[in-house]
Amino acid sequence: MYNQFHSVRLDYEKCKGCTNCIKRCPMEAIRVHDGKAIITQERCIDCGECIRVCQNHAKIVLTDEIDKFSGYKYRIALPAPSFFGQFKNTENIEDILNAFLCLGFDDIFEVALAAEIVAFNVHKYLEDYKGEKPLFSSACPAVLRLMQIKFPELLGQVVPFLTPMEVSARMAKEEAQKKTGLSQKDIGAFFISPCPAKVTEIKNPIYTKQSAVDGVIGANLIYKDIVKNLAKNHNEKTSRLNKATKSGIGWGYITGESKSIGYRTSLAVSGIHNVISLLEEVERGELKDVDFMELQACTGGCVGGPLNIQNLFVGRVRLRHLIEKQTNQTSFYTDKEMSEIYDKGMFKSTELIQSRPIMVLDDDVSKALEKMERLDQITNELPGLDCGACGSPSCRALAEDIVRELALETDCVIKLREKVKMLAEEILDLTRIVPPSMSDTSLNKEK
Amino acid sequence: MNSPCQPAANRPQLALRFKIDEKDFLIAGESASKTKKALQQLGLKQEIVKNIAIIVYEAAMNVVIHANHGEIKIIIAPDKVVVLSEDVGEGIPDVELAMKEGYSTAPQEVREMGFGAGMGLPNIKQCSNELDINTRVGFGTTLRATIYLNPADTKQVETGAMYV
Repeated sequence: MYNQFHSVRLDYEKCKGCTNCIKRCPMEAIRVHDGKAIITQERCIDCGECIRVCQNHAKIVLTDEIDKFSGYKYRIALPAPSFFGQFKNTENIEDILNAFLCLGFDDIFEVALAAEIVAFNVHKYLEDYKGEKPLFSSACPAVLRLMQIKFPELLGQVVPFLTPMEVSARMAKEEAQKKTGLSQKDIGAFFISPCPAKVTEIKNPIYTKQSAVDGVIGANLIYKDIVKNLAKNHNEKTSRLNKATKSGIGWGYITGESKSIGYRTSLAVSGIHNVISLLEEVERGELKDVDFMELQACTGGCVGGPLNIQNLFVGRVRLRHLIEKQTNQTSFYTDKEMSEIYDKGMFKSTELIQSRPIMVLDDDVSKALEKMERLDQITNELPGLDCGACGSPSCRALAEDIVRELALETDCVIKLREKVKMLAEEILDLTRIVPPSMSDTSLNKEK
Repeated sequence: MNSPCQPAANRPQLALRFKIDEKDFLIAGESASKTKKALQQLGLKQEIVKNIAIIVYEAAMNVVIHANHGEIKIIIAPDKVVVLSEDVGEGIPDVELAMKEGYSTAPQEVREMGFGAGMGLPNIKQCSNELDINTRVGFGTTLRATIYLNPADTKQVETGAMYV
């Protein structure tokens, strides 16, 4: 039985049972039953498409409460690069980072800084790599989850490095340990997330056994508090907090990662539906001349994350603006330090990404074939409207549900109407039958 | 286990069909991804799914580029999958030459679009266990690629049990 954590949830009260989300879900994971949208757990990849499309705001992301901090003696905030693009009142990353300290965090570690380390690792890896191309980014967990289900054949081409989020947590904790002498369990690292996929990733990691991130705070939840503290100056005069350069901060939007890795031929794709069609091309043996593919489930990359405040285009422009103004020119870590990290394989993934063939109709091929035949037959008999009134995203999806014994043919309103019509005609026919005691002639007389 | 000699009528068998028109470049990709989805639902091995998707794509692309129109059928049985491509078109004057990597008769405009690199047939051959091509110049081509689902069957001689 599949029982894994998902961060995308339904707010039962708010759901009006419309069919917007079922049509948008790239995994056909949602069905409307009894007037509520039910997410099929094993199909959900936590991409957040349904959150964007839901007009009733009934799709929510389960993130951690701020009081989770209290369990730790030393608290570190890990803001995602895209977070910096959310503010109109500041043109200074230092101010944003400072606001975290005012809020009660003891330290900051920019995920952008970790991204620079990942970029260095990936660049090196690409140089040494001799296998099948293109290689894929491992940064977006929603994309990895998509690949587990739909593109298992390509999983071997994902670069074997942890996400910048994961790397930032590990580095931050190690630094903090050196600085404070506290033990690891007293140090809490909290990721400020633009998306639900990252929340799922820390509870249920794909590429490592246990995530070093202790909690995730949605960018939307902390935004207000950060804005309030932007102008304030933190009491202690700390050293400069912003250590990341343009290269790392650029990971906040699509193409930033490729630029940061700086390898010959790269292709950057954003938006889950675009990602699917490009991966289909790769699967057919196309695009072998591409070295690296940056894949992001959200349109525009992380700035397009459903937990962000700003419209993605606004967020991107602000982030670009910050990058242009960025004064940090040289990387905080020297090439020598980064080479050492690469050689030691410090941030290499420890787990193989497993495929999850959940679309299978039956474990037995013969039976699966029979079911598929029935599925085709039912699809042909359905109206082909793809209206969604049955609660399934399309007529074919309903046919699939019927074959899987999750739905009935009469769930289709058009089919139901046909049946009612047939029944009504039958009733009418029956009324015309005259009992033997009443002769035809007597009826004629009445007329 | 069904033996390949069993009459076709007794075995579950499924056919997907795609009509292919000249210059309809999108249909090739669409056929391949629909085929892939069906094969994944049937629970076939990843590698086999990938190979069949490539065969369907390349075969459809050949019809799009070289023929007037045609049809791709994918016949799926518990022990094998046959991709059958039938087209009405110019045919292949020299099949042996066409099987060579990089040999292409695709028109310049098609090459400019990034297609027709002369890898179609070699790719199909590489992805299938058996490949038959029947062609008549000026009339059209029939291509039949067979993929066995159990590795042991690959050496078996076709008995003609499946009528397609």
